[in-house]
Amino acid sequence: MTDSEKLLQDLLAKQQTEKLKPKDRYEIPSQPMPAQDGVVRRNNIEEVATGYTETQARLEAMRCLQCKNAPCVAGCPVKIRIKDFVTEIADGNYGEALAIIKENSLLPAVCGRVCPQEVQCQEKCTVGKKFKDVDQAVAIGRLERFVADWDKNEGSIPDVATETGKKVAIIGSGPGGIVVAADCRRAGHDVTVFEAFHKPGGVLVYGIPEFRLPKAIVKEEIDVLGKMGVKIVCNFIVGRTRTIRQLMEEDGFDAVYVGVGAGLPKFMNMEGEQLVGVYSANEYLTRANLMKAYQFGKGADTPIAISKKVAVLGGGNVAMDSARTAVRLGAEKVYLVYRRSEIEMPARVEEVHHAKEEGIDFRILQNPKRVLGTEDGYVKGLECLKYELGEPDDSGRRRPVAIEGSEFTLDVDTVIVAIGNGANPLIGQTTPGLEFNRWGNIVVDENCKTSLDGVYAGGDIVLGAATVILAMGQGRIAAAAMNEFLQQDQ
Amino acid sequence: MGNRIVTKKQLSENVFTLEVESSLIAKARKPGQFVIVGIDAEAGERIPLTIAGADAEAGTITLIFQRVGKTTAQMADLEVGQEIGYIVGPLGMPTHIEKLGTVVCVGGGIGNAPLLPIATAMKAAGNKIITILGARTKELIILEDDFAKISDELIVVTDDGSYGRKGLVTEPLEEICGGDDKPDLAVVIGPGVMMKFCSQVTKKYDVPTQVSLNTIMVDGTGMCGGCRVEVGGETKFVCVDGPEFDGHKVDFDQMLRRLSAYKSQEQKAHQAYLDHKCRIGLKRNS
Ligand SMILES: Cc1cc2nc3c(=O)[nH]c(=O)nc-3n(C[C@H](O)[C@H](O)[C@H](O)COP(=O)(O)OP(=O)(O)OC[C@H]3O[C@@H](n4cnc5c(N)ncnc54)[C@H](O)[C@@H]3O)c2cc1C
Ligand code: SF4
Ligand code: FES
Repeated sequence: MTDSEKLLQDLLAKQQTEKLKPKDRYEIPSQPMPAQDGVVRRNNIEEVATGYTETQARLEAMRCLQCKNAPCVAGCPVKIRIKDFVTEIADGNYGEALAIIKENSLLPAVCGRVCPQEVQCQEKCTVGKKFKDVDQAVAIGRLERFVADWDKNEGSIPDVATETGKKVAIIGSGPGGIVVAADCRRAGHDVTVFEAFHKPGGVLVYGIPEFRLPKAIVKEEIDVLGKMGVKIVCNFIVGRTRTIRQLMEEDGFDAVYVGVGAGLPKFMNMEGEQLVGVYSANEYLTRANLMKAYQFGKGADTPIAISKKVAVLGGGNVAMDSARTAVRLGAEKVYLVYRRSEIEMPARVEEVHHAKEEGIDFRILQNPKRVLGTEDGYVKGLECLKYELGEPDDSGRRRPVAIEGSEFTLDVDTVIVAIGNGANPLIGQTTPGLEFNRWGNIVVDENCKTSLDGVYAGGDIVLGAATVILAMGQGRIAAAAMNEFLQQDQ
Repeated sequence: MGNRIVTKKQLSENVFTLEVESSLIAKARKPGQFVIVGIDAEAGERIPLTIAGADAEAGTITLIFQRVGKTTAQMADLEVGQEIGYIVGPLGMPTHIEKLGTVVCVGGGIGNAPLLPIATAMKAAGNKIITILGARTKELIILEDDFAKISDELIVVTDDGSYGRKGLVTEPLEEICGGDDKPDLAVVIGPGVMMKFCSQVTKKYDVPTQVSLNTIMVDGTGMCGGCRVEVGGETKFVCVDGPEFDGHKVDFDQMLRRLSAYKSQEQKAHQAYLDHKCRIGLKRNS
């Protein structure tokens, strides 16, 4: 018996006679996430974090104090009954735990893996507060993942109400679209999802890499939609193949959900950005993930730069994913160049940690000035400037200021620009009457309804580049409003 | 969903034309637009191809392509009745068609395919059409008869003089631009180098010039930026802002370099496909 198993047994035995006190709970060590070794995983695309064992999950769940006011729930964008599902795990009732999560979140296997819990539920957790360390909070995300994975073979198909004869079109198959499809189909509507790419899943398949979110998980969720009777039409670009107006006026759709994501890569607008070897993160990740460039010559023909030395620009999740993908595609040296300091990095702490373990060289308070090219137009270096932190700006973060004359050159052959995404204008250009704000995001009311009747929107196209859980949350709201709208509209 | 090949013709050694079932695209497409085609949804490249024509009633589109890499080689091996993996579109901004007066249309090699629907629409709008078609040698001149039908004047040139005038398309283009009936617009579609030199000629005579760019693409919706080019100092995405741009403003040298980014890998994939085909062939024969 391992120490952990022994500890669990002792705690369970103790529980038979008395309730565990907070002191007992504080004494249970926070359970680390088992992970592949940092060196080994540089050479494979398998998932890095391998998931809790049952013993770990129950021990971690027992650390929860059952706070009366459950501050964690307030930190959750979709208000999952966290305290209750954690209790069920502590008691070994995984099915019940999953049912509780599914009341609010349809994609626990995805969210358990990619949600930034450290700034949501776990940030608010009393245990973390007690230790003054958010890393010591109850590992809610890991527990969520544990029950979702535990369910693997049981995958149940939600009940579908009797057919209403109403048609719903969903544009984009990202997390928002998936949720709306499920909720509208459950209400008995005839649902079709239109996706521009040749595979459904949105950023979950083309952006977030396999080593962080196995594609098989996303596929399972999409398959469930199929089994519920949702039609999924790939290679269909709304605005080009058909417009929203055509879908509603000619093709008989009664309601539409627009979940097209952000999808407009930002560049730095610096000299040399057109050189061969400069990528947007979107292109780099799409080639690697969706089109499987990592299998080039072994079943896939998607070309991608064969890089020795790579510089990734940016400090968010997308930058971490790009840098870690470059490592796996064989780069010997990967730099991550970020203008501000590390505490300001928007990436999840876990990703920063994993990236460092994988040998990525963090160049903090540095910013590129221009890309240097060879005579025949290939990247040969990146000229950067050093920065220091000045006065706080509007966002409250200290503004980085360039140090004059501090230029230096990184010797690289590939540059990946991961400084964010704007809103893709395609839907706007082809949908008269749809209202947008000045950043190009669709304007919606509290029910996610747009300026057009019957047209709803959510996710990144409304929020700007945001998160999976926020896209799902909006999907839920939109679906509820759409179902109501379709009921009234008899 | 469809994509069945209805007819297949070989126009020259490496140029093929396929008529493919694709009813929605056939209905929606306009001259100047293109599609992205992929053979293997699991793991393959996605390539842009211009729509050379469409029959909205029959629900078919015509694709003309040159066998250059693995994907086009695979397409060339498909037969009538088989299906193309996937086709998405129509993409890009349609050509702005209006009555201007005289329009000179210059096509090079496979560029004749996208040029034809534009020239046809320009003719229908009431323009006088002067067409110049060029290629390395006689066999590579495609769609000449179709152009003859809609052109007021048709000039053919070949590099080796095996057909029509010997020389490059820039020569007759220069004569026309410098002549009495100065064209109101030049539409030039062909290899990058040809578009570059034609644009230099028309610039000299101040003839507004439209070129149609064919860059490397991934999504075709403006999401990846892989198709970007610099036009008049600004970054543009060919898949959504183009494919047509002012030829006097495009940075062709840069575009040509980006086009060749994956040359060695493309050759590798193509060679692997040929080897594979060859082995299958051997097995069959033995
Ligand atoms: C590399 C990367 C890493 C990320 N990491 C995290 C993370 O760790 N945690 C987290 O919470 N969030 C993360 N995000 C953000 C998160 O993925 C997004 O916020 C979320 O996916 C947005 O969901 P969505 O429903 O708006 O649609 P998206 O997932 O953006 O999907 C939109 C879909 O619509 C399709 N589409 C677009 N236009 C059209 C059209 N005209 N017609 C038909 N289809 C169309 C697109 O092809 C796409 O498939 C990451 C994003 C990226 C890019
Ligand atoms: S805040 Fe932490 S300790 Fe309190 S109920 Fe939520 S998970 Fe448990
Ligand atoms: S092909 Fe991706 S932006 Fe044009």
